[in-house]
Amino acid sequence: MANPALFGRRRSPLQDHDAALVRGAVAGPRGVTLKEIPHLAQITLRGDADDADFIGAVRAALGFELPLAANTVAVSGDVSALWLGPDEWLVVGAPDSETDLSIRLNGTLKGQHVLVVDVTANRTVLELSGPSGRGVLEKACGLDLRPRAFKPGQCAQTNLARTVGILELGQSGAWRIYVRNSFALYLADWLLDAMAEYAIDAAL
Amino acid sequence: MTGHRLPSGGRIDRARPLSFRFAGRRYQGFAGDTLASALIANDALLVGRSFKYHRPRGIYAAGAEEPNALVQLGAGAYSEPNARATQVELYDGLTADAVNAWPSLEWDLGALTGLVSGLFVAGFYYKTFMWPRAFWNRVYEPAIRRMAGLGKAPREADPDLYDKVHVHADVLVAGSGPAGLAAALAAARAGADVLIADEQAELGGSLLAARGTLDAWLRATLDELRGMPNVRLLPRTTVFGYYDHNYLCLLERRTDHLGPAAPAGLSRQRLWHVRARQVVLATGAHERPLVFAGNDRPGVMLAGAVSTYINRYAAVPGKRAVVFANNDGAYRTALDLAEAGAQVLAVVDPRESSPGDLPAQVRARGIEILNGQAVAAATGGKRLEAVSIGPLGGGAARGVACDLLAVSGGWSPVVHLFSQSQGKLRWDEAKSCFVPGTAAQAQRSVGAANGTFALGAALAEGLNAGAEAAKDVGFGGWRAPEPPIVDDPKEAPPHPLWQVPGAEGRGKSFVDFQNDVTASDLRLAAREGFESVEHLKRYTTTGMATDQGKTSNVNALAILSDATGRAIPATGTTTFRAPYTPVTYGAMAGRDRGDRLDPIRVTPIHSWHVARGAAFEDVGQWKRPWYYPQGGEDMHAAVRREAKAVRTSLGVLDASTLGKIDVRGPDAAEFLDRVYTNGFRKLGVGRCRYGLMCRDDGMVFDDGVTTRLADDHFFMTTTTGGAARVLEWLEEWLQTEWPHMKVYLTSVTEQWATVSFAGPRAGDVLRELAPAVAVDEESFPFLSMREGVVAGLLARIFRISFTGEPSYEVNVPSHHGLALWEAVMAAGEKHGITPYGTEAMHVLRAEKGFIIVGQETDGTVTPLDLGMDWIVSKQKDFLGKRSFARPDTSRADRKQLVGLLPADPAEVLPEGAQLVWDAAESPVRMVGHVTSSYWSPNLGRGFALALVKGGRDHHGKTILAPLAGKTVAARIVAPNFLDEGGKPLHG
Amino acid sequence: MLLIPCPWCGERDETEFRYGGQAHVARPLDPNATGDAAWAEYLFMRDNPKGWFRERWNHAAGCRRWFNMVRHTITHEIASVYKPGDPKPELPE
Repeated sequence: MANPALFGRRRSPLQDHDAALVRGAVAGPRGVTLKEIPHLAQITLRGDADDADFIGAVRAALGFELPLAANTVAVSGDVSALWLGPDEWLVVGAPDSETDLSIRLNGTLKGQHVLVVDVTANRTVLELSGPSGRGVLEKACGLDLRPRAFKPGQCAQTNLARTVGILELGQSGAWRIYVRNSFALYLADWLLDAMAEYAIDAAL
Repeated sequence: MTGHRLPSGGRIDRARPLSFRFAGRRYQGFAGDTLASALIANDALLVGRSFKYHRPRGIYAAGAEEPNALVQLGAGAYSEPNARATQVELYDGLTADAVNAWPSLEWDLGALTGLVSGLFVAGFYYKTFMWPRAFWNRVYEPAIRRMAGLGKAPREADPDLYDKVHVHADVLVAGSGPAGLAAALAAARAGADVLIADEQAELGGSLLAARGTLDAWLRATLDELRGMPNVRLLPRTTVFGYYDHNYLCLLERRTDHLGPAAPAGLSRQRLWHVRARQVVLATGAHERPLVFAGNDRPGVMLAGAVSTYINRYAAVPGKRAVVFANNDGAYRTALDLAEAGAQVLAVVDPRESSPGDLPAQVRARGIEILNGQAVAAATGGKRLEAVSIGPLGGGAARGVACDLLAVSGGWSPVVHLFSQSQGKLRWDEAKSCFVPGTAAQAQRSVGAANGTFALGAALAEGLNAGAEAAKDVGFGGWRAPEPPIVDDPKEAPPHPLWQVPGAEGRGKSFVDFQNDVTASDLRLAAREGFESVEHLKRYTTTGMATDQGKTSNVNALAILSDATGRAIPATGTTTFRAPYTPVTYGAMAGRDRGDRLDPIRVTPIHSWHVARGAAFEDVGQWKRPWYYPQGGEDMHAAVRREAKAVRTSLGVLDASTLGKIDVRGPDAAEFLDRVYTNGFRKLGVGRCRYGLMCRDDGMVFDDGVTTRLADDHFFMTTTTGGAARVLEWLEEWLQTEWPHMKVYLTSVTEQWATVSFAGPRAGDVLRELAPAVAVDEESFPFLSMREGVVAGLLARIFRISFTGEPSYEVNVPSHHGLALWEAVMAAGEKHGITPYGTEAMHVLRAEKGFIIVGQETDGTVTPLDLGMDWIVSKQKDFLGKRSFARPDTSRADRKQLVGLLPADPAEVLPEGAQLVWDAAESPVRMVGHVTSSYWSPNLGRGFALALVKGGRDHHGKTILAPLAGKTVAARIVAPNFLDEGGKPLHG
Repeated sequence: MLLIPCPWCGERDETEFRYGGQAHVARPLDPNATGDAAWAEYLFMRDNPKGWFRERWNHAAGCRRWFNMVRHTITHEIASVYKPGDPKPELPE
């Protein structure tokens, strides 16, 4: 039930903070950029990974296999599924696709004991990109982010600064950070502050 | 030699002169100097006064172990106390002062205490200042603080930036001396990710202080390491803490050495959190002082430090020198001094002979070696003037005039990090030192830190350890590189000399220089029965200064061992704790200060509240509008206006912060029945019910309204502060106790924005905004939910009330929250809609006697205590039910919730006020306390909720609240102040 | 800081977890048929050994799953982790 009139009135947590995000961007070989990718469709999906009916129904709805390996992401076209736990996934799609995704999943999963909840408005997504992206994240996050340990196509729920979020490394090398809306401003501000030093041209 | 600076050599940059000030005087040094080396080059050895006796003290060491040269760096907000001059890199314009010298370094009033030093014996704190008792606060403590303060903390906020990073390494190497570099090289060549940190500005450790040895190898190794992508080199970085599971903390000083030239916006210091799979400790060794009378005179220095100042900094600490050592290594210092043009008068060696290679070289230069002798005393004031040398066994002593005495009592491996990692130390009798014994973590000690003092052996040990560490993390199949060829001299073993015999009667023999603890203090303590090293340490304060006894611990232990007639290993060791050297609080806070101290959570409507000038209240991490002052209103006026508006017309509240949990599954109703005190199985679809949760001990845990969306689907709300806690708690029961139940939970707190409008006009607003929703009593009764379109937005509308007024809570996806709020404001305008904050909400709910979990409850309150029996099911079982029958929980005199009406209607009791029946009673029995208290515009008086022992039996009675300066009487009433029609209940 | 192997997510810093106390404390099957002393024992009394301990942890900042862990309370060595409902492992020597 994608109602354009409704979508037009949507506001994202960082909508009024574009200028700060643009100002905080650093270009060049030590560059790093933070931006918001607002309104990505997000569905929390819970079900029994050992149940072939469940896995099959999700495959039928999404057209690809749910990732069963911990901390991995499966992608097909616009839609991806992030492993969040042994019985929990976050299905992510293009903006405005949440109703369609819910209908598809609820359709093929009808009658099963599962949870399909639209959480599109629960979190927003920050994208951190550029050569210094990992350096910035290392200030906020204790995970092993070395390329050998955290590869494109991986994700993790973890502590970020003094909040929690979902970290995903895309094939392009950009980091996506899924953060709950109420913390988005805090985390963006924290990351912008951590980025600032890369704009200083100093050989230490 | 012109002055004390050599014309060539060393690692200073003579093309970059720097000027600096110390203790008010201007000096010059060079880039590459430390503050200490520059002072030595200026022959300014005197750097401070001692802690208790205010004796003049000079630079004693060249590194982290320095006990004397503590300085106050910089001024104002940038000032830093107790920096070790030996570790402060010189920069142009540096200013520093001596600590602990009052009124000045040269003329020190405190030195008078030296004349009354009988007061300051072991345990002086406990002995001297006990009597008269009243003197402690007024006389002793202020005086001690004035005289003993080691430096001054700045009073201004620290203007510098600090930050933190978290990194992972295959191999962390602490220390970049020969062994550390070798380990890093071997591990890195094998392919491991290596992080090597060293506290000094330049990597190389002891190689930097040695003449010519391995210069080429050092350059080549550093070049190779710098070129490897898997290696991170961190100079100016101290590994200061070694915690569980190979978690280490490092402090990097990034811009301290730049002084005012530091670029703005860069962190001054950075705290590194490192998780290492393998650790190599190559932290070197500290030289030990020798203990004899006057061994603290400025001009007495550690032999290794003398060599370091000469070879690395081209600064010669004295012109007429005596070397006093019990080991071969210190003979190098005699050679270095001679090479630098100083006159070496003698090497005094308590050993009967010195057959090694280095003594032979010393002899060949014509320097006298006095075997079997010792320095029994050093004399002088602000500078060493002479030493007294005599045979160890007693006999005629002779005085030798000199301005420098280089001492060495042997070396102690720096086992601090090893000990912090819970490793067990072992006493090595042959080497007279503690060495790492059994490691407790994935870790290896190498080089001098492992007691392997010979250079060739240290290199080999480092290479091996690096290769083995790499192998242990999966980079095996690779052989360690060959060590460079080193021609180590043949050395005779050291002979321990813990205290020069016969020195006792000739003046103070210091063991701990920083805390001014002497050998006789230690022996006195032992005689008084402080035989455990832990007791000795605390009683005498030895090893408890800011240097943690780096130079003194082993000497103190050995003297205790002698005094108690036990072997050293049987006497014990002290435990080393982090940090190895002091760490600034700024670095520990990092960027998490000011607004970033804790996350600030905001709702989607926050910008509107800010624009309307709301005052905010912190509720957990949330910023919630507290009240909205208008036209100069104070809080009370604003709250009065807001609370009145809700009862008489219309108010609107941003309730988006409520916790929200989606509960789904065939067992969802049964699950809710088990966690709530009341029943949910029979709740109809579309109906809402208030529920109370208890822990299994029967105490109230959380509350909220839960709505049945479908047979197997519920929407639960929790308190704002309890959202995360409740979800964790529910998951705990589902996962650990009832795994067979088919229920899924997920947090949707921020999916939904909640706009709650309340008051007699609430229905009118809903009718206008949701024309398709039937709002009449029959179609949309109290405690029910309808889905529909509100202001053009898909919404869930809940008809529930926390104020007692007709009220609707409308939930929309949070990205529509602001749009809904603005629509409600517009539709309510004709009714005088009034946005209200948490304070008015509290007044309104308290008027109705509705509790707030965390305010009326504190983890010791049951639903029965609250008088909420009506919500406690008699039929079903639920968490906490069994506990209601426990003897303590069913006592009749438990504190129970009551209402209070102060006798004076204008009185508003303070929350937390204690309540008594009889204020004259002594001691007075406290029978309760006020949990909530407000002024009610609807009652026209102050009122309160309180917990009172057996309170329900005392309705109508008067209870007292003794406050500062007055006692307030209040009548106990039922905890509800308004009837259904909104009229006061209690007259 | 401990490095805790979450059975689902792998090794993570201790700060991601919440401690849940002693494992294998059985809740009486019928609380209302349980005497006061036994009920109080269940509510309040826990072992506090110096040595190996079976305890519960919740991966609060990660997958939100509860699990059990065998940890040495002095050395912090972790012998094993296992899922709720799995049999009690023997304690190491």
